[in-house]
Amino acid sequence: MEKSAIFGNKALPYALLVPQLVITLVFFYWPASQAVWQSFLREDAFGLNSEFVGLENYQALFAQPEYYKSMLTTLVFSSLVAALSLSIALLFATQADKNIKAAPVFKVMMIWPYAVAPAVAGVLWLFMFHPTLGTLARPMRVMGMNWNPLLNGNHAMALIVMAAVWKQIAYNFLFFLAGLQSIPRSVLEAGAIDGAGPLRRFWTITFPLLSPTTFFLLVVNVVYVFFDTFGIIDAVTGGGPAGSTTTMVYKVYADGRLGGDLGGSAAQSVVLMVIVIALTAIQFRYVERKVQY
Amino acid sequence: MASVTLRDIRKTYPGGFDAIKGIGFDIPDGQFCVLVGPSGCGKSTLLRMVAGLETVTSGEVDIGGRVVNHVEPADRDIAMVFQNYALYPHMTVYNNMAYGLRNRGMPKDEIDSRVREAAKTLELATMLDRKPRQLSGGQRQRVAMGRAIVRQPKVFLFDEPLSNLDAKLRVAMRVEIRKLQRRLKTTSIYVTHDQLEAMTLADILVVMNGGVVEQIGSPLDIYGKPRTTFVASFIGAPPMNLIRLRDDALSAIAAGTGAGILGVRPEDLVLADAAPEGGIALDLTVETIERVGAETYLYGSRTGREATVSSTPGELPEGEMIVRIPGLEAPTIGTQIRAVAPRDKLHLFSADGRTRIES
Repeated sequence: MEKSAIFGNKALPYALLVPQLVITLVFFYWPASQAVWQSFLREDAFGLNSEFVGLENYQALFAQPEYYKSMLTTLVFSSLVAALSLSIALLFATQADKNIKAAPVFKVMMIWPYAVAPAVAGVLWLFMFHPTLGTLARPMRVMGMNWNPLLNGNHAMALIVMAAVWKQIAYNFLFFLAGLQSIPRSVLEAGAIDGAGPLRRFWTITFPLLSPTTFFLLVVNVVYVFFDTFGIIDAVTGGGPAGSTTTMVYKVYADGRLGGDLGGSAAQSVVLMVIVIALTAIQFRYVERKVQY
Repeated sequence: MASVTLRDIRKTYPGGFDAIKGIGFDIPDGQFCVLVGPSGCGKSTLLRMVAGLETVTSGEVDIGGRVVNHVEPADRDIAMVFQNYALYPHMTVYNNMAYGLRNRGMPKDEIDSRVREAAKTLELATMLDRKPRQLSGGQRQRVAMGRAIVRQPKVFLFDEPLSNLDAKLRVAMRVEIRKLQRRLKTTSIYVTHDQLEAMTLADILVVMNGGVVEQIGSPLDIYGKPRTTFVASFIGAPPMNLIRLRDDALSAIAAGTGAGILGVRPEDLVLADAAPEGGIALDLTVETIERVGAETYLYGSRTGREATVSSTPGELPEGEMIVRIPGLEAPTIGTQIRAVAPRDKLHLFSADGRTRIES
């Protein structure tokens, strides 16, 4: 569908675009190009001088075993968060879709976590699961679980995954519920008459018809886990223990802000940017084809 | 093949609304039953109860000698054609038709032969690989039909299947559906609000209003002897003229019968100078003329009176009457005409319109 508006004044359409373009330029292209430029520089320890070093920052980066480790961590973290938050949200949405009477209450309750700042969400979960202070960690220890996210890397990962999933379910839930409600009831009734049980109806009718929503959420969720989970990680684990929860975006911060290696950090953020752009492009290129519109 | 029997069916919604207030009738094996009535009369609800998509509050739905009140829709051996077709938008035409067969674990080659045969019958053979969105309304309608017939069910259920089509296509599909049903001899229940569709399709016509059956019978019986004023004005287009009898020359017709309302169809009125023996004569002033080609409808009011009875469907404004005359020659607007009808074309009803009075 192509919609075109006819403007009498040639300048007007451009004038209307200006605010959006200015925002994109100032808040995206300018910092992004700064990062690219910075990734070719090396600053001295006091940040007084910088010299052009070409690709040296990148060479140093790819020589670091920690960098590959952070890539792996990111892969584990992002696939866990995306898979869990999408599937749990879908489960909740199908339940809410059944009993539509309570849905408004349900929706409000579900959207709350989304309104909580990532760092606050992280702290909330840390309070619950902190090995010495945690309200839930105590009973877990009483039951004989050796729970310690401050020392055990897997426990730390589990904790940030839970916090990140918890926050993202709200968003996914709303979109899934809207998607479910746009499926005509008669199509599902036709499926029931055609002899498909509830589960088979879900997988052969509902799920394929939801695919535009699922695809959109997949793209949004991947961007979310790559960037927006920084606050949670910083508040809960600070990338530890022993770097086991240092994702790529956290490493950008840790190396640049804490380590003072601005050039190396800039190189990392360029790499991260390229990865996310590539991932999104792949999703549009391949996954979208399987989407049923 | 199966008969369908409804026994004192009632439906009360959780809010306390009585959608169906006790309906029972039989549809013998292979018959085409049409449920007709105005919007909200409960006809779709009744159909959905037969399909198993609505629960039955009380009463029994019996398909082929088996009470199916608590049987899942899938196990009732029925197929349904929905108003909006309810095709699976992500499946090809072929898969839309094959879906129900696959769910029942039918062997692949039998599915294939059934789908191809149905596609041939419905002229869909060249479209099997298309998705529903690439089809026209009429083609989608035929896919929905195909999905029903490949299953070879005991009963077809149609929920206003033609109401989304344009007028011409609707007539063509109506004929197709009738032909198909005659050939397959599958018991069918068809819901519509279009009295013309109802008249032309039905073996058994069920006229519903407000959750009850007003009349049940063959279309011509209902047209010929409507039992209430509701049926009289709902079946037949334009609707029957209904005149409240007052103390005048007309009421002599009904003397001694206790009738309060006189009905006469527009097509039974002719323009003449004098009433036939025992018949009636109405003096009208012509107000509007509708020429539809083969015939012309004159809308007029009885000179010096306001006399018709308003009844809900196809209601005429108080005092207005319709006369059908053949051809295009019509008196000019404002002239006085006299329309007459013989005694045997008159219908008499009680004053509340709920009973027909034979005399």
